[in-house]
Amino acid sequence: MSTEGHPAEPPNESPLQDPAAPAVVQQGAEPLLAVSGLHVEFRTREGVARVLNGVRYHVDAGETLAVLGESGSGKSVTANTVMGILEMPPAAITAGEIRFRGEDLLTATASRRREVRGEGIAMIFQDALSALNPVFTVGFQIEEQLRQRRGMSRRDARKRAIELLDLVRIPNAKGRVRQFPHEFSGGMRQRAMIAMSLALDPEVLIADEPTTALDVTVQAQIMDLLAEIQRERNMGMVLITHDLGVVAEVADRIAVMYAGRIVEEADVHSIYRQPGHPYTRALMDSMPRLDQRGQELNTIKGLPPSLTAIPKGCPFHPRCPMAIDLCREKDPELLPIAEGRVSACHRSDELMRDE
Amino acid sequence: MSEPILQVRDLVKHFPVKRGVLFRRTIGQVKAVDGVSFDLNKGETLGVVGESGCGKSTLAQVLMRLEPATSGTALFEGQDIFSLNGSALRRLRRDIQIVLQDPYTSLNPRMTVGDIIGEPFEIHPEVAPKGDRKAKVRELLDVVGLSPEHVNRYPHQFSGGQRQRIGIARALALRPKVIICDEPVSALDVSIQAQVMNLLAELRREFSLSYVFIAHDLSVVRHLSDRVGVMYLGRMVEMGTEEQIYEHPTHPYTQALLSSVPVPDPSLRGQREIIRLTGDVPSPVSPPSGCRFRTRCWKARDLCATETPPLVDPGTSPVEGATWPGGDEGASHPSACHFPEEKPKVVA
Ligand SMILES: Nc1ncnc2c1ncn2[C@@H]1O[C@H](COP(=O)(O)OP(=O)(O)OP(=O)(O)O)[C@@H](O)[C@H]1O
Ligand SMILES: Nc1ncnc2c1ncn2[C@@H]1O[C@H](COP(=O)(O)OP(=O)(O)O)[C@@H](O)[C@H]1O
Ligand code: SF4
Ligand code: SF4
Ligand SMILES: [Mg+2]
Ligand SMILES: [Mg+2]
Repeated sequence: MSTEGHPAEPPNESPLQDPAAPAVVQQGAEPLLAVSGLHVEFRTREGVARVLNGVRYHVDAGETLAVLGESGSGKSVTANTVMGILEMPPAAITAGEIRFRGEDLLTATASRRREVRGEGIAMIFQDALSALNPVFTVGFQIEEQLRQRRGMSRRDARKRAIELLDLVRIPNAKGRVRQFPHEFSGGMRQRAMIAMSLALDPEVLIADEPTTALDVTVQAQIMDLLAEIQRERNMGMVLITHDLGVVAEVADRIAVMYAGRIVEEADVHSIYRQPGHPYTRALMDSMPRLDQRGQELNTIKGLPPSLTAIPKGCPFHPRCPMAIDLCREKDPELLPIAEGRVSACHRSDELMRDE
Repeated sequence: MSEPILQVRDLVKHFPVKRGVLFRRTIGQVKAVDGVSFDLNKGETLGVVGESGCGKSTLAQVLMRLEPATSGTALFEGQDIFSLNGSALRRLRRDIQIVLQDPYTSLNPRMTVGDIIGEPFEIHPEVAPKGDRKAKVRELLDVVGLSPEHVNRYPHQFSGGQRQRIGIARALALRPKVIICDEPVSALDVSIQAQVMNLLAELRREFSLSYVFIAHDLSVVRHLSDRVGVMYLGRMVEMGTEEQIYEHPTHPYTQALLSSVPVPDPSLRGQREIIRLTGDVPSPVSPPSGCRFRTRCWKARDLCATETPPLVDPGTSPVEGATWPGGDEGASHPSACHFPEEKPKVVA
C-alpha cells in the first residue's frame, strides 16, 4: 500500500509515533495485532477530512478489546484500513503501521496482505444485509472462500459450510445452506456472517457493531456465541460498539475514540469505576439505564468536530466541561495515568484523584 | 386520564405468501400483526418492545397507511384512519409522522440533506413559506445534532448514526401530533442518543406530541415511555405502565427480555440471573397453537397448547390455575399468560 508521504503538518503525538512502545503491552511480547500512528484522510469537496489522526491499539490472542466511540469517530475506518478494504481514493493512508504478528501489513506485498486478511484477520460487518451478496445463497458465499483460498472441492466446501452454520447455531443448517440472505431473519444473517468470517480460521476477529441492529435476546445469544468461539479458538477480538452495556459484559480492555484518535485506554473494570478522560466520563453519564427512569439525561453539549476543521489544541475542548486555556492551545498526548492505563487529557490527574 | 388520540382495535395485517412462477398461488399468510389493540393518549409515549420479526414495524407501517390493514380499526382523533381520503388523508399525513428504523435505505441517495429535510415543506407548503425554508432546514439540522454546514452533502457521506438524525429532522419538519418512532435511536451513540431522547421528551412537552416508540433497547424505552407494550409473534403479550412492566413483569417473555439486557457495570459480570431463551422465534406463517410463546417457555403446560391466553388483567379477571401473588394492587396489569406470576428480582 503506497503511503502518500506524511501530512503537511507533522502530527504532534510523539509517543504515538513510536510503535515499539505501545503503552499497555506487556513487556517484550509482540501483540497479535497492533495498529499505531495510523493517519487516514478523505479528500472531499469540502476539503481534506482528517478522519484518523494517530490511532493506536492492539489486541492479543484470547483477548477482547472494545473500541468505543461516537458515530463518525473513525472506528469503522480504522477497521476497514486494517482489513485493506478502504476505498482509495477518496481515502488515503498518510502514516502509520498495522502489524500482524510483528509484520507491517501496510508495507507488505499485495499477495501477502491478501493472505493475512481472511486467514489471519477476519471481519464481521456493521450491516449484515449489505455485506452478504443478495444474489448468491448463503452456502455459496461461504463455500466460495473455501474453494478459492483452501482449494477445497465443491463437496467438501459444502460440508464445511454446513458445519460452520451449525457452529453458529443456525437451525437446520443442511436446508438453510441453500437459502438466500433475504430468507434469513436479522439474527440469522448476523450468524451467517459470523460463520463466513470464521471459514478460514482467523486469529483475530474484528466485529463492527455485530449486534447493534438486533433485539436483546438475540444480541445475548450472538454475544454468547462470539465469546464461546473466541474462547475455544483463543482468538483475539476487536469489538467495535457504542453500547456501554455490551462492553461491560464482554470486554477485557477498552479503547475510547474521539475525532480519529484514541483518547483513553484501560482495562474494563477500572474505566467503569473511574473514567480517566472527561469524554469517557460524559459518555457514561449520558447513558439511559434499565434501572433508572430519569427526567433528563446528561448529554455532551455540541457536536463532534468537523473533521475538515479539527479545533486546535485538545479536539474535545469545545464540548469539555473541564476545558482550560491550555486545552485550547496544546493537544494533550496519550500518556500513562495509572498501571495499564493511558489518557490524552491535560487534567486527567484531577479525574484520577477525585473519587 | 387524558383522552386517547389513537385507538387501535383488533388490528390484523397478514401478508400472502406466494409460490409459483406463472400461476402464483397463495400458499399461506404471514401473520405479521395478529390482533393488536391499544390506546395512545394525548401527550403520552407508548413504548413497544419485542424481538425482530414480531411485527413492530408492520404495526407502524399499517398505522401510517403505508400498508393496508387486513382487518381491525384505528381511530385518530376519532376518525377511522383506514377510510380517510382526499384532504383528510393529506391532513393525516401531516399529523402522523414516522421515523424509520434503517438509516441505510430510508434516505434517497441522490438528494442532498437539505432537500431531504425540506421535501415535506414542498408537499405541505402551508407549514413553511418558501423564504423560511432554508432557515428551517438549518434549524432542524441543528436540533438533531448535525452541523448546518452539511446541508449540501449526500446521505452516503454520513455515518450510520448521522443518517438516522437526518430522518428524525425530516419527521419533525411538519410539527406532527403523533410520531411513530421505529427504532429511532438504535443506531446512535449514547451522547447523541441522549440528546435526541431529551429532544423528543422536550418536543412532547412543548407541543403535547404523542409517541409510539418502538425500540429494541429496553433502557431507552423505559426512559421515554409512560406505558409499555411487549410484542411477540404479532401479538401484545403484556401491557402496563413503565413501572409495572419493568418492576413487576408477569409474562415469561417479558422476564426473559429484561434479563437479557446488558448491565453497564463490569463488576456484576456473571452475577445476574440471566434467562437465556433457546431456539428461534417460530415462523409467523404457522405460529404455535394456543400461547405463541409456548415453544420457548419454560413454564408451558398442556393448557398453553390448547387455549390462547387473552391479554387481560389477572387482578380483575383471574384465570384458573394462575398463581397471582395477591395484595399488590399496583402490580396487576394485562398479561397474556395462563400463569402470570412475578419473578422476584428480574432486573439486577
Ligand atoms: N411485505 C412483506 N411481505 C411478506 N412478509 C412480510 C412483509 N413485511 C414484513 N413481513 C413479515 O412480517 C413479519 C413482521 O415483520 P416486521 O418487519 O414488521 O417485524 P419487526 O418486529 O419490526 O422486525 P425487525 O425489527 O427485524 O424489523 C416478519 O415475519 C416479516 O418477514
Ligand atoms: N466515503 C467517505 N467520504 C467522506 N467522508 C467519509 C467517507 N466515509 C467515512 N467518512 C467520514 O469518516 C468519519 C468516520 O466514519 P466511520 O468510521 O464510518 O464512523 P463510525 O465510527 O461511526 O464507524 C465520518 O466523519 C465520516 O463522515
Ligand atoms: S485536555 Fe482539556 S479539553 Fe481536553 S479533555 Fe482534558 S480537560 Fe477537557
Ligand atoms: S401461557 Fe403458558 S406457554 Fe404461554 S407464557 Fe404463559 S406459561 Fe408460558
Ligand atoms: Mg461504523
Ligand atoms: Mg422493525
